[in-house]
Amino acid sequence: MIASELKPTAEILEYLGSEQSVFIVACDGCATGCQAADPEHAGKLAAELSEQGRRVTGAARVEMVCNAGLTALMLMQHLAAVNEADSLLVMSCGVGIQAVAEAVEKPVHPATNSVYLGGFQGLWRSDPRCAECGNCMLDYTGGICPYTACSKSLLYGSCGGPNDGMCEVDPDVPCGWMRIYERLAARGRLDRLTAVPVLRNFRNMLAEGKRRRTSLWALESMAGELSEEASDEG
Amino acid sequence: MSLREAIESDKFVITCEVAPPKGVHMEHVLEEAELLRGRVDGINVTDLQAACMRVSSLATCVLLKQQGLEPILQMVCRDRNRLALQSELLSAYVLGVRNVLCLTGDHVVLGDHPEAKPVFDLDSVSLLRAATGLMEGRDVAGNELEGDPPELFLGAIVTPGADPLEPQLYKLRSKVQAGARFIQTQAVYDVDELARFMERVSDLEAPVLAGIVLLKSAGMARYMNQNVAGVNVPDALIKEMAEAGAKDKAAKEEGKKTDYKAKKSVEIAARLIEGLKPLCRGVHLMPLGWGHHVPAVLEMSGL
Repeated sequence: MIASELKPTAEILEYLGSEQSVFIVACDGCATGCQAADPEHAGKLAAELSEQGRRVTGAARVEMVCNAGLTALMLMQHLAAVNEADSLLVMSCGVGIQAVAEAVEKPVHPATNSVYLGGFQGLWRSDPRCAECGNCMLDYTGGICPYTACSKSLLYGSCGGPNDGMCEVDPDVPCGWMRIYERLAARGRLDRLTAVPVLRNFRNMLAEGKRRRTSLWALESMAGELSEEASDEG
Repeated sequence: MSLREAIESDKFVITCEVAPPKGVHMEHVLEEAELLRGRVDGINVTDLQAACMRVSSLATCVLLKQQGLEPILQMVCRDRNRLALQSELLSAYVLGVRNVLCLTGDHVVLGDHPEAKPVFDLDSVSLLRAATGLMEGRDVAGNELEGDPPELFLGAIVTPGADPLEPQLYKLRSKVQAGARFIQTQAVYDVDELARFMERVSDLEAPVLAGIVLLKSAGMARYMNQNVAGVNVPDALIKEMAEAGAKDKAAKEEGKKTDYKAKKSVEIAARLIEGLKPLCRGVHLMPLGWGHHVPAVLEMSGL
């Protein structure tokens, strides 16, 4: 899950500046999952903006705003309200905000901060569990990722910080390496701690040209073309 | 005598840490180091300790070296990536600094710039391996160094009072395997605790210098027990410090200025050193601003 939280209204008003009318896009995916963009907060934000004398021309809820093609098509359905607005205000993660900014030729403002982007977390959404490092270390660490479970992303065991098994950065969070240690001990695999895994290669995290030619990227550019055609017709 | 020579001899090794200032006035840290001349085998210089921005360890080490002292460069992995860390190791060597203590480092959120980017590209073990690699003439990426490789003397740390201890022991062995030639420990206040630890590491190739942090007050002791991982100050010592503090307070009410707390602190440290001496190869003193009391500690403990 890409977790986000709502920005203070004062900051949002600062972004709007002299713009008088605004269209709101709210994400029904992760941003609603973490209560930043759920209907209650979206409604509250719209009401606050009205109180401050701004006109909300309309609002759209999109399943996953990060699905750029779908978002563009959804906005088409609200064309009149979007055209009427001076700008758009987006309640979603940074990916969704960028998807809206790509789809419309109006100013697009973020209404939310993306607080962590723990990579794509599959459907097990409670915690970031994969840093997409490009060289999976889970064999060494009993199936718990050291890059996401440890606050310092340490690869060779805990630092001197954990107090009573809790992390020095946040005493409410268990030390990732203590969890790894306990898991390995429980599985009879403590010998894995004597191995010397290779250092993290940050280059693995760059998408190379050959990966950009995969079918998923192709689908995305098709969706982009589709929405362009749709707006031409509109 | 260099730190390496002291450790490779059979003498009881003494090291003490000093902290660079937050600001550019170096007089105080140089005076503290001067007090240690002829009394210790190496002077650790902390690296932005407690994640607070200040003068660098390397700059301070070079000033100590120019004074004819034997600095130990502390390096943490919080603030620099692998290029910067390796570059600093080379720089240390060309500036005459030979001893390097490799640590992971406190997280930035514990310091005075909690908004900063925490780096941790390497950690204590991989920094030791990087330094060992440089000494063998190649960098982390496998590129060869030009000419003769640097000769460094590497150290690492351990927390003997960690609970559980087992994970620490795995990491300690990784550190020695990665090139650590001496080990300095987190503060020890209980001789039996170090005895139990030393039993577990009897086969360790690197000598252990037991850490001594001067107690400043009963409150500090309680704070460390609560908040510093693996530091366990026994109640008896807290009581001694509290009594000394009460005497100071009573004298102050009579308008007299006394220093029972500092005297008690020195006495406790000296007593600890005497107790720890048969167990390990040396002691590492961390006076945390009370450097002016270190000579008294060493005298009283007979070192």
